[in-house]
Amino acid sequence: MTDQVSLTFDGVAITAAAGQSVGAALTDAGIRSWRSTRRGGRPRGLFCGIGVCFDCLVTVDGRPNQRACLVPVRDGMRLESGGLREVDARG
Amino acid sequence: MPGTHPDVVVIGAGALGAATAWFATRAGLTVEVVERGSIVSGTTSACEGNLLVSDKEAGPELDLALLSHQLWRGELGEFGGLWEFEEKGGLVVAATAGGMAGLTELTERQRAAGIDVREVAADEIHDFEPHLTPDLAGAAFYPQDCQVQPMLMAAHLLRLARELGARVRTGTTVTGFLRDGDRVTGVRTDRGDIAAGHVVNAAGTWAGELAALAGVEVPVLPRRGFILVTEPLPPTVFHKVYAGEYVASTQSSDEGLQTSTVIEGTRAGTVLIGSSRERVGFDRTVSLPALREIAGKALALYPGLAPVALMRTYLGFRPYCPDHLPVIGTDPRAPGLAHVAGHEGAGIGLSVGSAKLLVEAMTGATPTIDITPFRPERFSLQEVS
Amino acid sequence: MVEFDLAVVGAGPAGLSAAVTAAEHGLRVALVDAGTQPGGQFWRHPDEQHPRPDEGRGQHLWSRFTDLRARLHGLESAAATTGRIELVSGHQVWFVEPAGEGFALHLTAVHGETRLPRVRAAALVLCPGGYDRQLPVPGWELPGVMAAGGVQALLKAHRSVAGRRAVVAGTGPFLLPVATGLAEAGAEVVAICEAGSLSGWARRPIDAAAVPSKALEAVEYAALLAKHRIPYRMRTVVTAIHGETEVGAVSVGRLDRSGRLRTDVSLPDLDVDLVAFGWGFTPSLELITAVGASTRVDVDESLVANVDDWQRTDVPGAYVAGEATGVGGALLAIAEGELAALAASRDAGRPVSEASVRRLQRQIARGRRFAAAMHRAHPVPAGWQDWLRQDTTVCRCEETTLGEICDARRELGATDARTVKLLARPGMGWCQGRVCGFAAAKLAKPVGEALTTSDLAPLAKRTFAAPVSLETLATAPTESDGAT
Repeated sequence: MTDQVSLTFDGVAITAAAGQSVGAALTDAGIRSWRSTRRGGRPRGLFCGIGVCFDCLVTVDGRPNQRACLVPVRDGMRLESGGLREVDARG
Repeated sequence: MPGTHPDVVVIGAGALGAATAWFATRAGLTVEVVERGSIVSGTTSACEGNLLVSDKEAGPELDLALLSHQLWRGELGEFGGLWEFEEKGGLVVAATAGGMAGLTELTERQRAAGIDVREVAADEIHDFEPHLTPDLAGAAFYPQDCQVQPMLMAAHLLRLARELGARVRTGTTVTGFLRDGDRVTGVRTDRGDIAAGHVVNAAGTWAGELAALAGVEVPVLPRRGFILVTEPLPPTVFHKVYAGEYVASTQSSDEGLQTSTVIEGTRAGTVLIGSSRERVGFDRTVSLPALREIAGKALALYPGLAPVALMRTYLGFRPYCPDHLPVIGTDPRAPGLAHVAGHEGAGIGLSVGSAKLLVEAMTGATPTIDITPFRPERFSLQEVS
Repeated sequence: MVEFDLAVVGAGPAGLSAAVTAAEHGLRVALVDAGTQPGGQFWRHPDEQHPRPDEGRGQHLWSRFTDLRARLHGLESAAATTGRIELVSGHQVWFVEPAGEGFALHLTAVHGETRLPRVRAAALVLCPGGYDRQLPVPGWELPGVMAAGGVQALLKAHRSVAGRRAVVAGTGPFLLPVATGLAEAGAEVVAICEAGSLSGWARRPIDAAAVPSKALEAVEYAALLAKHRIPYRMRTVVTAIHGETEVGAVSVGRLDRSGRLRTDVSLPDLDVDLVAFGWGFTPSLELITAVGASTRVDVDESLVANVDDWQRTDVPGAYVAGEATGVGGALLAIAEGELAALAASRDAGRPVSEASVRRLQRQIARGRRFAAAMHRAHPVPAGWQDWLRQDTTVCRCEETTLGEICDARRELGATDARTVKLLARPGMGWCQGRVCGFAAAKLAKPVGEALTTSDLAPLAKRTFAAPVSLETLATAPTESDGAT
């Protein structure tokens, strides 16, 4: 168990305290938005902070639409900004 | 409501009531719409907005569908943008060679009946729908299948009718009818009486109850259906996509749970996934077995949707008649009363053709197509289940 | 298949208290919670896998939590001599199905793999808690605008500070711990904007935080506000948020006695990079409506569950405790959770202390009276629509604007919240109206008209209580599969 974990956000390395949420890690790294809206293309990040509003959706290790405020960081985690999920024909 | 005496009172502010109000005002009639809830609060707000020819065969319903299609594109074409009218076409897919053989037979009959349909070979399917499973035997493409957003459609038709002088009274419940002998001369409501030349029963799934208030039998019954709604996605499903069995299930009278796959994208990015049919009265209990079966069948066609989140589901009650044809026309058993209801899962698409025919019947105009197959008095007591 | 006497949903103050009490009365209990560890929003704290000496920093009633947590751990162990608790953390209920005389809860993991897809129990205590109520403001969709509770969660659980210069705005005593928490963590809090005037409630603003038994807390806040020189401005509201890609400044305005914006007072903009908003709380009601329990509108215009003197709903076997019976804070929630557990135990044929029941009922009645007074002192100001513009976003998910809602009403003839939703889509997106529901319901009515159950109940009905994947639904076990 280490107290610091390393992860990447859009390929850029960031560190976080073990046990933090992805949203907290991004906040501490000075990143405030990681998603753009479907209609207006507007930036979004944390809003409710407790899993209710789904504004903070982020792609975690290739899984889209995870709530950054609820997902705990893990060493080596890959975070990606974006918008909508792309559907893969093969399932 | 003292002093009002419209030519027509329309009961119900759903798709059928709205279309009737529009065509009646266009025909120069004064119209008042009464609705016990709010506008578009019944089945209109719990369906998909299909304008289909693909699930029909030669016969009166197809004639009505082709008439409606003409109206959506023609007379109402200028408003299409308001209600997200989209001629996206329907793709009916067959999973097996046997299913494809059946589909081919169907399309041959449909083509002879005037439906525009072309066969799609298995290796062409992905040009239409890149995310469909590759394990399909073939498909048929119906360019005439269209989609509208049903709530916007009904609300805008009501607005357009209002601009031509129609009145819409929500929160007004019809409690009975004004009579002069057999003749219906208006409605009694919880907010006062309205005398009118014609009373139109456009009460959707509740049209049977309303007819009973007038002492006539119109056997409109509820058939429950669920629809699943996904998270917003980028364009993923481009046409209305059906499994071949959908056509059979719309015509079935089976009581138990039936599901057949209907999948389509919407302007909002959500994908709507249906469909189920159950005869359980007006039971609003959400059935997990029904939802599960719909989801399972959808994944057989679109395996890539497996991780996609469902945000919600909704249920509605399709109004159906025992012979699966709608009721459209004036009622000789109660002169002054007319009905336009019972379109089962096709009421949105057929609303405009139905309303046009009804207004022709009320005004004595020559009917555009034969309306007699839809006559309200066609049900003998024995046929009513 | 796991079988339980009781399933408790939510491991905040009410749920923890309910689960522990019920197990101590001999019931086998499943405690289902979305969080990775118990505590709920109120006792959010750092990851216990990475212990910190300052675990309880910024917490209130912390010893109540550590006591409940210790009892929970004891009841989780095989050595427990009474009932047992199985804690199912990190899972959300997505569907409630009737199961014989009881209930089947269908679960999905918040993140990662689902460990337990279904919990069946003879009875349910629902303690879903709530979240900050929000009102739209021009610019509130900019990054850097957050719910006050979200700012608090970052501080308490993650030691993260959401901004450097903050304004904390809205109404209610909860603004105080958020502002002082930010200041203690090193942020500059340029103002607390409290929309209420608090006259008739308390002579000093700080009394707003003073639950009778929590006078010390009020003194503590007063000291912290003074220490960090945080201005506490009453009858003051944030009327617009400015910035291109994130918050840069806010406009503020002054309200008159009736809660309308004063046009004769002009206040300078505040340069901030963080806005924390809270307008009281919205209880989570989807599980209550999912079991078919009836609801009512509380003093604060929140939809809440109808419960009797024993926390029973009108659905046999379903109990509710905590904010979902009416927002009233943690102390009340703890008492309600305990009483619900006593009721469930008694209804299951276990002996319970009548004296405890009476004590809890008295405490709850007192707590309710206090909560009602608090709600009356902190209403949503009458003029909250005054500072909206036609292009102000109301529904953050679907990006529905005020203008589109007005069109649905004026042009299209929508006369209620449900129809506005159908035509203009507020509440149709990812959060299913949890954030904009209150505001959208208010905007669907003539200004100033109070909300009714028939406005709110249709919006609170969410068949899927949480988003669920098609795959999970397609493979869900259902009660129709027969006995397993």
